[in-house]
Amino acid sequence: MAEAVPALGAKIKRAKKKESSFLVTTKRLLKNKLAVVGLVIIAIQIALAIFAPLLTFHDPVKQNLKISELPMFSDGHWLGTDNYGRDVWSRVVFGARISLIVGIIAVSLGLFGGIILGLLGGYYQKLDGVIMRIVDLLFSFPGILLAMLIIAILGTSLVNVAIAISIWSIPSCARIVRGSVLSIKEKEYIMAMKSLGASDLRIMVKHILPNATAPIIVFATMRMATAILSTASLSYLGLGAQPPTPEWGAMISQGQAFMWTSPHLTIIPGIAIMLTVFAFNVVGDGLRDAIDPNMDIQ
Amino acid sequence: MAVVAEKQTSKELTEPKVLLELKGVKKYFPIKGGILQRKQGDVKAVENVSLQLFEGESLGVVGESGCGKSTLGRAILGLEELTEGKVYFQDAEIQDLKRKEKLKFVKQMQMIFQDPFASLNPRQRIGHALEEVFTMHTDLSAKEKRSAVLDLLEEVGLKEEHFDKYPHEFSGGQRQRIGIARAIALHPSFVICDEAVSALDVSVQAQVLKLLKTLQQKYNLSYLFISHDLGVVRYFCDRVLVMYLGNTVELATVKDLFENPMHPYTQALLSAIPRPTVNANRKRIRLQGDLPNPANPPSGCPFHTRCPIATDICRAEKPAWVEYSPKHYAACHFAGQPLT
Repeated sequence: MAEAVPALGAKIKRAKKKESSFLVTTKRLLKNKLAVVGLVIIAIQIALAIFAPLLTFHDPVKQNLKISELPMFSDGHWLGTDNYGRDVWSRVVFGARISLIVGIIAVSLGLFGGIILGLLGGYYQKLDGVIMRIVDLLFSFPGILLAMLIIAILGTSLVNVAIAISIWSIPSCARIVRGSVLSIKEKEYIMAMKSLGASDLRIMVKHILPNATAPIIVFATMRMATAILSTASLSYLGLGAQPPTPEWGAMISQGQAFMWTSPHLTIIPGIAIMLTVFAFNVVGDGLRDAIDPNMDIQ
Repeated sequence: MAVVAEKQTSKELTEPKVLLELKGVKKYFPIKGGILQRKQGDVKAVENVSLQLFEGESLGVVGESGCGKSTLGRAILGLEELTEGKVYFQDAEIQDLKRKEKLKFVKQMQMIFQDPFASLNPRQRIGHALEEVFTMHTDLSAKEKRSAVLDLLEEVGLKEEHFDKYPHEFSGGQRQRIGIARAIALHPSFVICDEAVSALDVSVQAQVLKLLKTLQQKYNLSYLFISHDLGVVRYFCDRVLVMYLGNTVELATVKDLFENPMHPYTQALLSAIPRPTVNANRKRIRLQGDLPNPANPPSGCPFHTRCPIATDICRAEKPAWVEYSPKHYAACHFAGQPLT
């Protein structure tokens, strides 16, 4: 029983400490006003995506030709309707869902591949040459072209868009991770782990990767912006979401025929894309400044 | 405790047993250059080192920076692949073992690093860092591991509350204690201290050295104590190996070496120790010139370029490693000759 008390004390202390480095970063991030604006926009978008059915009163894909091309601030449709009489607000809100999900899938897959390649390349000198040449090869394709190529092979669908974007994200992620690994693996604590007989896998996963998280987090945030923009671009080109899916790029593509009669059909999804990309970029920038790699040395 | 007591008595009764033996150990680092990264030469970091380390002794390794002390330590642990030579540990050859076979020996051989901050993962709580040692080498349950770590912390003079702290929350001396705790966690028989106290304050140095001594007595540890601080070596070690440019220059017991240095380089090193006496009548031997490039070492005796008593034979012929008096080895054509 006597031991139970200090153990409990240790637990409380651990809970407190766990936040400390995270808290420091958060505090610094919150000092950056632009990043706060970005965070708010992202929070709103996440809220819209999660509560989409509660925030809309019309089915985003249900057509009603009687009320086609209603202007903004019409009765019951505050952002108007498109040429098929679908509520623009509903479509934008459900579009947020698609953008976020595709973005998250694309970035996670890209990170997964990039981290593995980067770790292997950075850690094993023998693999480095091969892996980095593959990465260079992927880099030599213009991003959108590469994505189009992959979609041409896999077929048009949102899932394939996510896969295409993730493959396109792998090389940049691999390079960033490799760079960090190269510097971290020379650190003495890696040598210390080797002298303790740690396996390469343990060293890579438990000791190198946790010390390389800062650049990866920044990369992931910035990459979300690119992924969402690319999803919209590919859908605009007809390679991603197929009608009647409420995707922002697809909405612009459909709306551009009515540019002069109903400009809100292109402007509103355009603003949605712009705000989202802007938000992820400024948060990424803010994070880069906030996560000081030398934070632990004080 | 019973085991420890037994070990100590057996140590007293028998001759010292050879724990570690090096035979002709060489470590060259290739210099690569050009577009194709062809090998253009070698940096001869460790050149033909042979020595024996006995159970329970502390062998000091001293020399200037760049003389191959640390490389020697790493080569013994297998952190650097040997270019040539053999390492025997408890009469078993260990230099070419695969990782799995080597794990047995890893438990027996550990290392304490120079910079205790750099040798701890900054993103790992030290409790977890110590637990990881047990995860890698034992099948203890989570609870057993925790209690083992708490015992370890206590043993090196830290407290339970330190378990959940990160390395940057400690002082230098405390961090080195963590490094020591990690090294002795598996109760090794041999520990390499690579400049283990060089980064610490003098007062903290003394505490850490004391701790190392206590642990040595308790676990019958052998130390390979790499240092450039002759004062520390004199206090801490039983025997001293002097290295110069990757070569072994002199090996003797501490008493012998400090009182009767054979090699001119050792004499020069000893004369450089600051002494706390005013107006002491002593001659300082100043070596001229810089350390030669280890990629292109001098012919003959590696020390001849800076040696005050070098002659033609030193330039032409490499001196042999000779036992001049019992347990006192030196490599010099004019060993024992006083410098003028």
